[in-house]
Amino acid sequence: MIVSSTNTAKPATGIPALLKTAFVNALIALVLFSLMVGIRTEAGSDGQLTYWTRFGEVASLVAAVFGGSIVIGLLRQWIGPNGTDKLVPPAVRSGMSFLGRYLAPVLLIFTVLVPVIFYDQRYILDLAILVLTYVMLGWGLNVVVGLAGLLDLGYVAFYAVGAYSYALLATNFGWSFWVCLPLAGILAAFWGVLLGFPVLRLRGDYLAIVTLAFGEIIRLVIINWQSLTGGPNGVSSIPRPSFFGIPLDNSDNGLAARLGIEYSPTHRIVFLFYLILALALLTNWVTIRLRRLPIGRAWEALREDEVACRALGINTTTTKLTAFATGAMFGGFAGAFFATRQGFISPESFTFQESALVLAIVVLGGMGSQLGVALAALAMIGGFELFRGLETYRMLVFGMAMVLIMIWRPRGLIGHRAPTVYLTKAQAISSDLVKEGHG
Amino acid sequence: MDYFAQQLINGLVLGSIYGLIAIGYTMVYGIVGMINFAHGDVFMIGGFIALITFLILVSLGLTAIPVILLVVLLVSMAITALYGWTIERIAYRPLRHSFRLAPMLSAIGMSFVLTNYSQVAQGARVKPIPPFITGGYTLHESTDGFVIQLSNIQIMVVVTTIVLLALFTWLVSRTRLGRDMRACEQDQTMAALLGVNVDRTISMTFVIGAALAAVAGLMYLLYYGLVDFFMGFVAGIKAFTAAVLGGIGSLPGAMLGGLAIGLIETFWSAYFSVEYKDVAAFSILIVVLIFMPTGLLGRPEVEKV
Amino acid sequence: MSGDEILGVDRLTMRFGGIVAVQDLSFAAERKKITALIGPNGAGKTTVFNCITGFYKPSGGAIRLTHDDGKVIALERLNDFRIAKQAKVARTFQNIRLFPGMTALENLMVAQHNALMRASGFTFLGLIGAPVYRDAEKHAIDLATDWLKRVNLLDRADDAAGNFSYGDQRRLEIARAMCTEPALLCLDEPAAGLNARESAALSELLLSIRNELGTSILLIEHDMSVVMEISDHIVVMDHGVKIAEGSPREIRDDPKVIAAYLGTDEEEAVAVMESGS
Ligand SMILES: Nc1ncnc2c1ncn2[C@@H]1O[C@H](COP(=O)(O)OP(=O)(O)OP(=O)(O)O)[C@@H](O)[C@H]1O
Ligand SMILES: [Mg+2]
Repeated sequence: MIVSSTNTAKPATGIPALLKTAFVNALIALVLFSLMVGIRTEAGSDGQLTYWTRFGEVASLVAAVFGGSIVIGLLRQWIGPNGTDKLVPPAVRSGMSFLGRYLAPVLLIFTVLVPVIFYDQRYILDLAILVLTYVMLGWGLNVVVGLAGLLDLGYVAFYAVGAYSYALLATNFGWSFWVCLPLAGILAAFWGVLLGFPVLRLRGDYLAIVTLAFGEIIRLVIINWQSLTGGPNGVSSIPRPSFFGIPLDNSDNGLAARLGIEYSPTHRIVFLFYLILALALLTNWVTIRLRRLPIGRAWEALREDEVACRALGINTTTTKLTAFATGAMFGGFAGAFFATRQGFISPESFTFQESALVLAIVVLGGMGSQLGVALAALAMIGGFELFRGLETYRMLVFGMAMVLIMIWRPRGLIGHRAPTVYLTKAQAISSDLVKEGHG
Repeated sequence: MDYFAQQLINGLVLGSIYGLIAIGYTMVYGIVGMINFAHGDVFMIGGFIALITFLILVSLGLTAIPVILLVVLLVSMAITALYGWTIERIAYRPLRHSFRLAPMLSAIGMSFVLTNYSQVAQGARVKPIPPFITGGYTLHESTDGFVIQLSNIQIMVVVTTIVLLALFTWLVSRTRLGRDMRACEQDQTMAALLGVNVDRTISMTFVIGAALAAVAGLMYLLYYGLVDFFMGFVAGIKAFTAAVLGGIGSLPGAMLGGLAIGLIETFWSAYFSVEYKDVAAFSILIVVLIFMPTGLLGRPEVEKV
Repeated sequence: MSGDEILGVDRLTMRFGGIVAVQDLSFAAERKKITALIGPNGAGKTTVFNCITGFYKPSGGAIRLTHDDGKVIALERLNDFRIAKQAKVARTFQNIRLFPGMTALENLMVAQHNALMRASGFTFLGLIGAPVYRDAEKHAIDLATDWLKRVNLLDRADDAAGNFSYGDQRRLEIARAMCTEPALLCLDEPAAGLNARESAALSELLLSIRNELGTSILLIEHDMSVVMEISDHIVVMDHGVKIAEGSPREIRDDPKVIAAYLGTDEEEAVAVMESGS
């Protein structure tokens, strides 16, 4: 660290140096964009490639890089090398930690009230359901990545297993959501164990690629096993959930009719909202509970030092497997919910991007922190939604945001770990001490 | 038998392309210990730049195929290398001593950026080029009329790969840069104390990896006659799989893994089903790792306690 | 050696490729005694520990562990976590391996994993908050508190282990190993990096473990003052083989040991050996 900083940190002092850097950056940008942006290719109707030039765009991009470099350079000189420390003054920090204590309950109360406050705003309700789905997925993956320190790049596979389990059981056998929900979780956990058993002794990046490969295998099988899954066309007309057997429609024995109130399609949305809220809170409750049980402590110990765990007589294989299966089970629940909410699922919803998104939520949240994961899901999905208008630019901005966020807070939003047991006083542990696992 | 021989040729050609990309993964992994998720997209960018250069040269009225090829190769290698350098500078260097997942997510973010940058800049549609290098040799013709063909483009892919590998092996084993790279791989702090410019060495690793990916991009363009903005993802995952299969960190392993994945895919498509070729490749990866947890040529991990 | 041995190592051999780290090593450790394993750097001491505790599979030889009830366990046939769990052998590491992001108390709770796991009905009883588990947890906290008191870290129970000083980490690691309630405690250089006062406290701690709890101890140590003061029996290794064995007095006077231990410079060797007396 010391060594590299002597190499890199040649602080550009003075305006000439600043201009020089900006100029070099602009030159690099010019080369980078010259062909990719400057020449636009397109296949014509006859299959012949044509092209046209867009030098104006290149010029503005290069100018933007030049200007941006100067602005960043000035900011850097102004703030100094330890930028982030100054950006967030200590007073604000202590305020934030004070806020942190009350943030979770306030957030929870607000969430419970969302359908009341935004009853007429379907868009917000839908968005809230989406955010909660990702909160749940994030909490589920958090067990694997945040607590046990196992890198899972194919979490979406379990989400898919859950979704397809419910969709297929419900459409083929007409089983109700409430029967299928636990089954979806069990099936996903089963697949987690099936994958985990042989591969969990792999370490680090080998485990990463195997989970990634598994995610792709599941997706490819879904695409190609047409007779069962409908292939790329997916499964449609998946039954909507009932209120414990009472349908939520405007039929005579629908919930609205039975309660004697006027039917509105929003009823179902509100029901779905509370359903996913309940599922997410269940995930949260179970995780918090498990953390304080020997199994959860073993997960965290595994993340800290696997060799020491073995020396203490902990069966690391089964410990990893339970973490994997628990995470998979929550993923399966979320998948079943996704299927019943959408009424239609197809392999497109279960791509690697989805895994990456959930992983980003967990890491941004601050490995292992439940509140952090919830905030990260809100920020990511909400932020993503802000760019809805800019269709193609959306993923571009999203990718950039991911890079910037990692540089800004490599250890995530919540930078400390709460102990699971204490004698006199629970003291937060700085995340600098917390390990991230090897597997 | 003839059918088998033909598939073998096809598999080796595909495997060469995967191998070239896989080297980029393995090199970066060896030296900074991170999975460069954006590398597949660097390959895609290389393919695009080759396509655009090609288009410009043709529209300028150039007809000498060797000249065109050489210029396209050099331009796409140079510009793609600059992409590689820039990516490292922006997205990875600030996170070099950070914890393990941060650079990886940064790389995933960078991959999204590149994919969508390419989509925004060049549109979503597939870009085909007319067959450029044609002709070939008939190696064998059996009585029932089946011919084994070796096309010129296949020869070119394989020869280019071999030449590049030879060059690359020389670079790593004989030059000062190669020595610095190996030193950084062992111990960056120590290397820096002994006067190795670590930052530059790491930058050069990305530059070389990206240049090789650009060559792979050009080969892909010539062999399949098309590029699109999404090709980096699939090729990237395959090449990464190849690198891991061969034993990540090992350069011969990357090439071996690339060939293995290419062959598995080709043979599976030929004898079983095209749809499940990727499933086969990934499944074999998993099976191999179960029995050889550090890949085919990876150093077995000794657990010092 | 008398019949009451807890650990019997018989012709243990460990090879790494061409290197023979341990060759035909035989020795025994007596129950409720402190046996020291000493020898110059690279002699193969840690390798012996790794074979005993299952981190390495021995290339040859047998390791027997005899429990108080007379049950004999062949350690070379058990692998890693089972040795700690079933054979009740606990260890510490030459380069401390605590869980740095967990508090001292949590470290000691993790050590009681197997007992707590059973009490929590393999998690299910614990999840619903069954009283059985709550009692077991309280008991575990009591045990942990007791050990924190013994190693003098009670006031730091709720601090992250990663924040502890070197000496505190060493003692916490011993406490953690003891929380598994082992029959045999293997310590790999527990006094390394400690100052004289801390070393003396360590000697006292180890003696109290032996005397009050009757736990057998196998000890690797370079600090001769500790070794000579507390060991009942000493085994000396060099280049993977045993070169001497005996009481502290015998070892101190053994010219072979002196020569091997510190090369040919006998005067210096004598000086070091004397420092233990
Ligand atoms: N996993 C391994 N692979 C290869 N060689 C090993 C391995 N573990 C130990 N060795 C070798 O075995 C020999 C003995 O090492 P060991 O660590 O047992 O010595 P030691 O007596 O504990 O020394 P020290 O007092 O320095 O701790 C050394 O030459 C070492 O290099
Ligand atoms: Mg040692």
